[in-house]
Amino acid sequence: MSVYLDHAATTPMVEPALVAMNQQLRKLGNPSSLHTPGRSARKDIEQSRESLAKVVGCIPSEIIFTGSGTESDNTALKGLFWKGRKEGKNLVLISAIEHHAILDPAQWLQEHEGAQVIEIPVDSNGVVEIEALDTLLSQRADEVAVISVMHANNETGAIQPIAAIVQAANEYSIPVHSDAVQSFGKVGLNFAELGLTAMSLSGHKIGGPLGIGVLVLKRGLELPALLHGGGQEREIRSGTLNAPAIVALSAAAECSIPVEEIQQLRQLLENGIKQAVPDAYINSTGEKLPGIVNATYPGTESDTLLLLLDAEGIAASTGSACSAGVQRPSHVLLAMGHNEKSARSSLRFSIGTSTTRAEIERVLEVLPVVIERARAANLR
Amino acid sequence: MRLIAAMSGGVDSAVAAARAVDQGHEVIGVHLALSSNPQKYRSGARGCCTVEDSHDARRAADVVGIPFYIWDMAEEFHEGVVENFLSEYAAGRTPNPCLRCNEKIKFAAVLDRARAMGFDGVVTGHYARTRQSPSGKTLHRAVDISKDQSYVLSVLTVEQIEGAYFPLGDTEKIDIRKEAAERGLSVANKPDSHDICFVPSGDNAGWLHERLGSEVGPIVDQEGKEIGKHKGAYTYTIGQRKGLGLSVPTEDGSPRFVLKIEPKTNTVVVGARADLAIRTMYGEKPVWCGPAVALTPTEGFVQIRAHGQPLPCTYYLDGDKLVATLAAPLLGLATGQAMVIYDGDRVVGSATVCETLA
Ligand SMILES: Cc1ncc(COP(=O)(O)O)c(C=O)c1O
Repeated sequence: MSVYLDHAATTPMVEPALVAMNQQLRKLGNPSSLHTPGRSARKDIEQSRESLAKVVGCIPSEIIFTGSGTESDNTALKGLFWKGRKEGKNLVLISAIEHHAILDPAQWLQEHEGAQVIEIPVDSNGVVEIEALDTLLSQRADEVAVISVMHANNETGAIQPIAAIVQAANEYSIPVHSDAVQSFGKVGLNFAELGLTAMSLSGHKIGGPLGIGVLVLKRGLELPALLHGGGQEREIRSGTLNAPAIVALSAAAECSIPVEEIQQLRQLLENGIKQAVPDAYINSTGEKLPGIVNATYPGTESDTLLLLLDAEGIAASTGSACSAGVQRPSHVLLAMGHNEKSARSSLRFSIGTSTTRAEIERVLEVLPVVIERARAANLR
Repeated sequence: MRLIAAMSGGVDSAVAAARAVDQGHEVIGVHLALSSNPQKYRSGARGCCTVEDSHDARRAADVVGIPFYIWDMAEEFHEGVVENFLSEYAAGRTPNPCLRCNEKIKFAAVLDRARAMGFDGVVTGHYARTRQSPSGKTLHRAVDISKDQSYVLSVLTVEQIEGAYFPLGDTEKIDIRKEAAERGLSVANKPDSHDICFVPSGDNAGWLHERLGSEVGPIVDQEGKEIGKHKGAYTYTIGQRKGLGLSVPTEDGSPRFVLKIEPKTNTVVVGARADLAIRTMYGEKPVWCGPAVALTPTEGFVQIRAHGQPLPCTYYLDGDKLVATLAAPLLGLATGQAMVIYDGDRVVGSATVCETLA
């Protein structure tokens, strides 16, 4: 039996998305062309844009299609920084637990564009400390070009206090971007209600295709582009619109993810882990995404766990690896107060639409042996 | 059996993994990340452990059709191999890091981990053979003598040899490349790595200089008379003749050779070629690749370099030291090198040279 519990990395496309994509792939026409086939493709895209706008609580023109969540994050962070810099602001505030799609561009802005990046700390549950942000803003608000805090963390699932952050930022009219790639479809997400300036989404985390992202960007706001060319998306993102991926993304967004069932499976898994491995503990126990179970198994190394589970046909995740493929202790767990050792002993299971009870039971069945072997193999 | 194949990204370990699969074993490929700050590309035939190597190893595993993972052994490698290399040089000895890597990493850290995880052993692309004997598995030279790596494997204990699988030992290197090409492995024509993998520039002296610093010191003759200055004692090796920069010629105009390096006084001792000759060598911390060596002298061969000639000798155990007395004198032997005893093509054991006698 093969068990896929890495849905936070990518999740299978849902049937309506597959159907929509297939149909669109057979259609002719560049959506920027003025003739009939072009207009037809354009129509399909605009319909998708409108239905997507309804789902995320924005107006259609606020939706910019990009090539990925990563591109959306880069466009927002760099664009908002450059905009702020024109007004003499060079401070970039991000949380300490951002995805690399924010961390790395922030680092790049610091190294190449004269930005100063400050990371807002998180508590032991992996939630941004709003007081730390308040303190920072009370001292240096006029220097801040942009604040970027993810809506929910991809490793722990911890949901972040975005509304409170926006409220704090609004006092100083600082734009706030949020990477909502993991939250999309799984928890309530309403761009207008949150009061965000920008928000990133990605197709392949919700049952849509790979290679399509969305940057929701407040109406009327101009940002410097990363990609220059045909000017397709508000002059902020050039490139022929990817109609098949766009209609499939919108079809996937229309399908609701069975959040209740996922949550029940998560409970089953969390309880089972605690029973099977009494000294294991769950990372992030507050408000979080329905399908993520990040736990620490003392005395193990996560890459050993991954190998042993994989040999049993179970796919889990150890977080990010460097370019050579070497496992790195998670910066998210380190920010939550883990030391390198306990961070290296942690593993993420993530549950998705297609996950079954039998899959969870299978994991719990093999876990004790896997943990025992991993402990024996731990030489450090 | 369930085996871990250590895959460096080179042609040998790729074919070794493929052969292990053909032999019916359940094989998992593992690339050892040995540097915490890997270089992106290989430069020439030097170095390993680059991002490119890990990619090549992954592609080879794909072609062979086995799972593939990367194990981070950077810390173990640094402590067990790189630091040892530095401290040995600092102590005036000439270490062989490949040997240490086999001893501390490939057949220790990796094999232990593999066994704990339920695997039976480790497959590598080393050119060496093992054979079953009544007393257990024994270690032997490869068929391709020019590629034979039994020397750098001579630090393995019986226990470690039990868990070691060398599928290439019965084949000539040239045929391994052909086989790799036939198997569709893209590394078939990848150059062999030479030199020391963690010194990517190949400039050992420069690398050591950066890390150990270097202090100018005296070059003396055997009477202790200073006849020149050296640029850091560890950049010299026993038997070295070139690059001494001596201005005082010998009486008969004959060349001088490095005889000894004395790290405590930062002195390099030079003398005539004949003074290099040694007949007896003592080795510390012996390891037996089979039954332990007896106290009574036994006829056999000793090899003191990875691809050196086996030299006829008698060997025996004296206290905790392995002793080899050569049939004919040898010119130049640095302490720190491994002396490896052979009985025909079987590796008897090895020790680290700690003293030599004329
Ligand atoms: C929080 C978060 N942000 C951004 C991304 C990147 O999205 P994409 O894979 O579409 O580039 C991911 C996915 O790995 C993610 O989890």
